Amino acid sequence: MACEQWSAKLDTYLDGELSADETRSFDAHVRSCAGCAADALACVQLRNLVRTAGRSFTPSPDFRMRVLSPKRKRKPLFAWALASVAGVILIAVSLSFVGQQRARRAQIFGELADLHIAALASTNPVDVVSSDRHTVKPWFEGRIPFSFNLPELQNTDFSLVGGRISYLEQIPGAQLIYRLRKHQISVFIFPDRDVPTSLFGGARERTGFSQETWSEHGLRYFIVGDTGADDITRLSNLLKRAQKQ
Amino acid sequence: MSEAPQFESFEALAVPLFDQLYNFAHWLAQNRAEAEDLVQETYAKALRGFSSFQPGTNFRAWMYRILRNTFLTSRTGLQAAKTVGLDDDGDASAVVSDGGTPETILIERSNQKMVQEALSDLPVKFREILLLCEVEEMSYQEIAETLSIPIGTVMSRLSRARAALRDLLRQKIKNN
Repeated sequence: MACEQWSAKLDTYLDGELSADETRSFDAHVRSCAGCAADALACVQLRNLVRTAGRSFTPSPDFRMRVLSPKRKRKPLFAWALASVAGVILIAVSLSFVGQQRARRAQIFGELADLHIAALASTNPVDVVSSDRHTVKPWFEGRIPFSFNLPELQNTDFSLVGGRISYLEQIPGAQLIYRLRKHQISVFIFPDRDVPTSLFGGARERTGFSQETWSEHGLRYFIVGDTGADDITRLSNLLKRAQKQ
Repeated sequence: MSEAPQFESFEALAVPLFDQLYNFAHWLAQNRAEAEDLVQETYAKALRGFSSFQPGTNFRAWMYRILRNTFLTSRTGLQAAKTVGLDDDGDASAVVSDGGTPETILIERSNQKMVQEALSDLPVKFREILLLCEVEEMSYQEIAETLSIPIGTVMSRLSRARAALRDLLRQKIKNN
């Protein structure tokens, strides 16, 4: 075959669209014919130029986002997945938050129980020894930055032993010690803002102590004692009533 | 088929074509705003019509065909069709007229910017077939599907397009 005939097929050859037989013949011819090889090379170079020049335009990132991630279209595909992922994360976060809250609450109750035991074990359980609430209450003034009322204990089986300054997480508060029969009960009062208030609620028994807590007039009350929960509740009711006077 | 998996498979097929479809659209429309409109409309049409796409057939050719048809019915596309009849494909052998500058010299003196300008200056039907062949590296069969023309026409038009490109490059080299 003459070179003119080959060159008429050069483009088709380079496009890879010749039949297998023709391609093999063309390969052989190009290897043996310098002129056709040069033409083929020039053609390939021009194609490369066209290929590079032809890839001139790229979509802007904005446009890509607009077309490929429109919220509306994504919905069936990703929204549910996203929502469920978000849900799982939310649940995990709230569980860990709840877990942390629980741990912190247990920690605070534990500390209060320790404070209660430490006070009772001390040779001087109270700094102000008085069964008279009118003595104990003024003693706290100037020692702690808040004030509270103590209940009238006449006609009850509770008696006031005295009071002391106590510290919960470096926050000064009042600790009152009451006696019920042979039991001693601590009442702790701290400023509400310094103690995580949402952690607490209801009476509970833990590590052998009954505990109760509530918040009133910006103060957080804790009762810790080794009496039954009923007695703790009676004392808490007396204290609550006293604050309303 | 439910809507979600269908969209999923559409996305899996269509997203990888995004950049090259945009490039093709920009070459057709010759400006960014119009190219973006074209691509956006193409994706919208393709998504709507995806149920009519035959699995196993050429998705790329299908997408390019939608893009091209969208372009042809656009204002720029209609103007382009007016200037050059899209169907007057002559015999390929009639246009092999590589007289003048030898191929090697043509290549030596051509540069990328020149080739870019020459591509822009080409009539749309030559430009698009060159892009499909050289840039997208489509087979004749794919080009035939994309342009909805017989393979014989693909070959003759490609040949004419290449000759026209060489002519334009020769002119540019002469004018430089």
